[in-house]
Amino acid sequence: MYIDPHVHMVSRSTDDYVHMARAGCVAITEPAFWAGYDRSSPQGFFDYFRQLTESEPRRAAQYGIRHHTWLCINPKESEDPVFAREVIALIPEFLKKENVLGIGEIGLNKNSRNEMEILEAHLQLASDHNLLVLVHTPHLEDKLKGTLLILDAIRRFPKLDPGRVLIDHVEEHTAKHVLDRGFWCGMTLYPDTKCTPQRAVDIIETYGSERIWMNSAGDWGHSDPIAVPKAQMEMRRRGHLESLVRQVTFGNPQRFLSQSGRFSAEPLQPTAPDITR
Amino acid sequence: MSEATPNLNHPSMTRAQVVDAYFMEHRARLLDVAAFLDRIDRAGSGTDDFRMNAYRGAIALLLDGKPERTRRILELLSDPSTTPIAAAHVKGATGAHNPIGKVH
Repeated sequence: MYIDPHVHMVSRSTDDYVHMARAGCVAITEPAFWAGYDRSSPQGFFDYFRQLTESEPRRAAQYGIRHHTWLCINPKESEDPVFAREVIALIPEFLKKENVLGIGEIGLNKNSRNEMEILEAHLQLASDHNLLVLVHTPHLEDKLKGTLLILDAIRRFPKLDPGRVLIDHVEEHTAKHVLDRGFWCGMTLYPDTKCTPQRAVDIIETYGSERIWMNSAGDWGHSDPIAVPKAQMEMRRRGHLESLVRQVTFGNPQRFLSQSGRFSAEPLQPTAPDITR
Repeated sequence: MSEATPNLNHPSMTRAQVVDAYFMEHRARLLDVAAFLDRIDRAGSGTDDFRMNAYRGAIALLLDGKPERTRRILELLSDPSTTPIAAAHVKGATGAHNPIGKVH
């Protein structure tokens, strides 16, 4: 049994849901992200937020998987602050949806001034509504700088408790910075970039298992929606106790996400498709 | 083969067991690195760009005998600046910091 706390199922097939359910996935959380192209209007985000809060939970339920989500405009579309603020203005009306856990995945992409302005606008929204926060850290050569800028930015919002903020996509050069400041950290298991399952288990062995989780971040690019059970296999291969495997792939995400008051990983009977829709 | 000191989160594998478990897959990855460098050589004349300069620097870190190679290689490949850039003109990343100026 496991939770995938970061996966973009709107980009994945029904076969992926089948494989995840068979591998033991009982619950997922899906942050709002970049579609691979820039939306042409805020209305495009309104429709996307409806997909995340209405249709995708129904699709997941057909496979016995509980679906939760996070809302934002992602940093790749934050370079136009006027556009981004129009999207952020749409978010409050969706916060009452029962599967919305918080604000995410916000953060930085190329570490620009405009991206930082919109990151801070999201942090203000989370602070005002006392919401959990899921943070994307930049890719590759931009990750270390971006992670440090993000950690400093969050510090400027004293009402945001680091224990309610997860910094995602950490690697060996960023995990300690995140954990030392009291935040949670997520490791993304990707075939080429970010962490392999082997390196993710190395990080757990090096930095401990207290405030850490693993996710697939499966999306429309080269990614693996059953990466988390592969990491479970890697832990068992090394002889880790089953209690530790369960802690980092179920207990830890359940503990962090339950702070929202809306997260559930209780067994869900697969539902029939709604043929009226 | 020597025995490793057990790690709190890694209680059961000895140094020999780690080698037994992982040698073959990392032998294959080592050959992939070598084949990649050979492929570049066969591609003809020219000079390495900033990515390959960083790559060769990272290989040197593998052999310096110091610990935390992964962290140090990732830091070597990272942008060392500390302030936001004026504007983002591209969305992607190249995998290595370009010390003579970015395209964005």
